[in-house]
Amino acid sequence: MSLLRVEDVHKSYDDLMVLRGITFQMDRGEIKVIIGPSGTGKSTLLRCVNGLAYPEKGRIWIDGEEVTDPKTNINHIRSKVGFVFQSFNLFAHLTALDNVAIGPVKVKGMKKSEARLLAMEELRRVGLEDKADAYPAELSGGQQQRVSIARALAMNPKLILFDEPTSALDPELMGEVLKVMMDLAKEGMTMLVVSHEIGFARAVADEILFLDEGKIIEKGHPSELLTNPANKRTKEFLHQIIELYGEEREKV
Amino acid sequence: MIYQTLLKEFPYLLEGTLVALELLLAFMSLGFVVGLALSIAEVYGNRLLSTLALMVERFFRGVPAVVLIFLFYYGISDGYDLSPFGAATLALGFRTGAYQSQIFKGAIQAVGSGQMIAARAIGMSKVQAIWSIILPQALRFAIGPWSNEFASELKDTSLAYTIGVVELLRRAKYIVSYTYGNALVVYGLCAILYLILIRLGNMVLYRIESKLSMPGFEMRREGR
Repeated sequence: MSLLRVEDVHKSYDDLMVLRGITFQMDRGEIKVIIGPSGTGKSTLLRCVNGLAYPEKGRIWIDGEEVTDPKTNINHIRSKVGFVFQSFNLFAHLTALDNVAIGPVKVKGMKKSEARLLAMEELRRVGLEDKADAYPAELSGGQQQRVSIARALAMNPKLILFDEPTSALDPELMGEVLKVMMDLAKEGMTMLVVSHEIGFARAVADEILFLDEGKIIEKGHPSELLTNPANKRTKEFLHQIIELYGEEREKV
Repeated sequence: MIYQTLLKEFPYLLEGTLVALELLLAFMSLGFVVGLALSIAEVYGNRLLSTLALMVERFFRGVPAVVLIFLFYYGISDGYDLSPFGAATLALGFRTGAYQSQIFKGAIQAVGSGQMIAARAIGMSKVQAIWSIILPQALRFAIGPWSNEFASELKDTSLAYTIGVVELLRRAKYIVSYTYGNALVVYGLCAILYLILIRLGNMVLYRIESKLSMPGFEMRREGR
């Protein structure tokens, strides 16, 4: 049974149809990267997956539980699904350590002392144990994003959703976040990543989904999709991205 | 002559100051709870709840304090046994609650929307998120404007005088009456006592605000 199943998901905001029938599945340990022009519903799709947005049509299952069933305890599902935001969204009044510890304490009922040990462990995993007592505003963007990954990890998630995790970062800070994500990939974490980091996708993705105008236009292994896209729009989009990120053109 | 009287009566005035402070503590506590409840209902409540909260807030902000005091005292004490102190606590408590709700509402809205989303994303319920993520930040933002409300309400304790709470102003009036005049000196002393209390209160609140401020969100203010 797949860990995540998304079936014919439609979502609109007012009159704007953002998602027009998205279907895909993910197995445990799989990594999928979603690419596509802005405004095509990539973030909305991630939000639907953990119930932050509610699709008007279609169904989503995670680990056998239906996210889109109104009777499901959505908080329980979310405690199993990490979410990493483009804008980090660390809790501003808490230190890095407490940002990571608060989930296990409040949601899982873990003892505070135990949660702090766990939080320290997760901070070590993202290379920030020496910043445990720093507040979010005292950290660089890259460090904040690593803390937010640690915050997701502390809940021991079955799946982590990444919503453009490096888009708000200076190029020199992207590397440290991508490295943490690569490490997670090697450890076998299931990850659904919205990102235009083609290098990351090429290195770790099992599949790339190209989303345009609310639909999956094309999908495939990075070696195929990046080098030999079948769809004209995929081709155009990749061309733009690669021009933007300065990768060699003949690779396309 | 008047100074001898004043010296003799000073403890009597201080007792009145204490009564004023008790009254302030009582109705500000009530107002804090009412204000927090109203603000949460207005921001997070469903339509019914937020409309209800809005109506309560509009009423208590729109009616003069003395009218509220008379309403609670003469209006309610007909049927229930309500002391002047109790009536003043209720009237001023709900009134400051309405004002405090506006402070808290603004403070809650000043907390970035990403904070709630992030809290919900790790599995917190809405109530948990409000309680352990939103309010701790909002209340920090609220201390500044709240200290303004505190000063304003400390002065308004004197309105309880109108229904016979024997607080600072009423005691001053007694002294003026039986010393035949000297209003300037006695009320002047009264004014100084209020002034000292407000300065002290604001100093304490400012200390608390600086102590609790979150890095990245410090309020830089000088000469307070």
